[in-house]
Amino acid sequence: MSKIVRTVAKLLTPAILLFGLYVIMHGHITPGGGFQGGAVFASGVALLIVAFGAGRVEQFLKEHQLSMLESGGGLLFIGLAFAGLATAFFYNFLVGSPIFGHVPAFGPNPGDIWTGGTIPLMNVAVGMKVIAGLSAIVLVMALASSKQGEDE
Amino acid sequence: MSEFLANIPFLAVAALICVALYIMMSQRNLIKVVMGVVILESAVNLFLVTLGYREGGVAPIFTNAPGTLMVLPVPQALTLTSIVIGVATTALMLSMIMLIYRHTGETDAEKSRKVKG
Amino acid sequence: MLRKVAIGLTLIAFGVMFFAAAVTIRPFGEPPSAMDDYIIEHSQQETGANNAVSAVVFDYRGYDTLGEATILFAAATAVVMLFRKRKDEASD
Repeated sequence: MSKIVRTVAKLLTPAILLFGLYVIMHGHITPGGGFQGGAVFASGVALLIVAFGAGRVEQFLKEHQLSMLESGGGLLFIGLAFAGLATAFFYNFLVGSPIFGHVPAFGPNPGDIWTGGTIPLMNVAVGMKVIAGLSAIVLVMALASSKQGEDE
Repeated sequence: MSEFLANIPFLAVAALICVALYIMMSQRNLIKVVMGVVILESAVNLFLVTLGYREGGVAPIFTNAPGTLMVLPVPQALTLTSIVIGVATTALMLSMIMLIYRHTGETDAEKSRKVKG
Repeated sequence: MLRKVAIGLTLIAFGVMFFAAAVTIRPFGEPPSAMDDYIIEHSQQETGANNAVSAVVFDYRGYDTLGEATILFAAATAVVMLFRKRKDEASD
């Protein structure tokens, strides 16, 4: 891509990636969550691939690292679901505990990050999973199509 | 007539479904067929969200909410699920089409069907 | 020609069906909401989350999210597998 696209991508990508992480971390008090934030983060990776080419992005973002991140997110999610098994599968056992345990009263409030029980942790797990999954899909498809272009 | 106008969101869903069905039936290019599938997914998502809309409601998020009259949260959660599944299946379909194009040099359903192997 | 006629007839049949359904469905903006009212009123005490949609996705309907995550995992793995196989064949 041209120099203008590369410069703009360099400027914008950190902001996009940071915004994706913010959407993941604040999923339980503001609009958003693991899926949406992960999609935002993966769109930042897609911008990098468009601007610099899949070959250069692959040098620091390997496919097997992404697979490991995705499996780790899945394991964390399933583990959190099993951790509540003393009461029920997917029971929110952290409400009222010292970790993410504040319980707000019914009605509008300004928002407290230390609430939600297992929901913020599950947002992080699903966010890892979606970041890795969508980035891997975009990266692999871009690599395949660029190789195809070189062959012909 | 007023009843007819009040249901315009549902009519939009019906129109989108008809557009998607027309694309999927008439087009032979596989990528255009996938576009039809994506429009159909959008129609289903729109249907779910409109089913959960409550007159005058706000988004079901309590942080700095203007009131507690809220639209229904469960259809929105299911729409979220449906969107993510749609993205995953669309990526899989497009990868399959890339492989078919590499095997046969065609994205046309009629022609690539005849090329074996 | 026959194909176009068949497409047209199918579209007319589906269109009439969908538009009849869209006009006769319950009025827009007045959903039956017993379950959702319970979730809106109790999600803050039961899950602690301000975002009722997050509470539904990760707590009340966690099984759905589990299936969704499985589908995403399967799709990502399948895409990676499809293209990796081609790479090996090309290097042989």
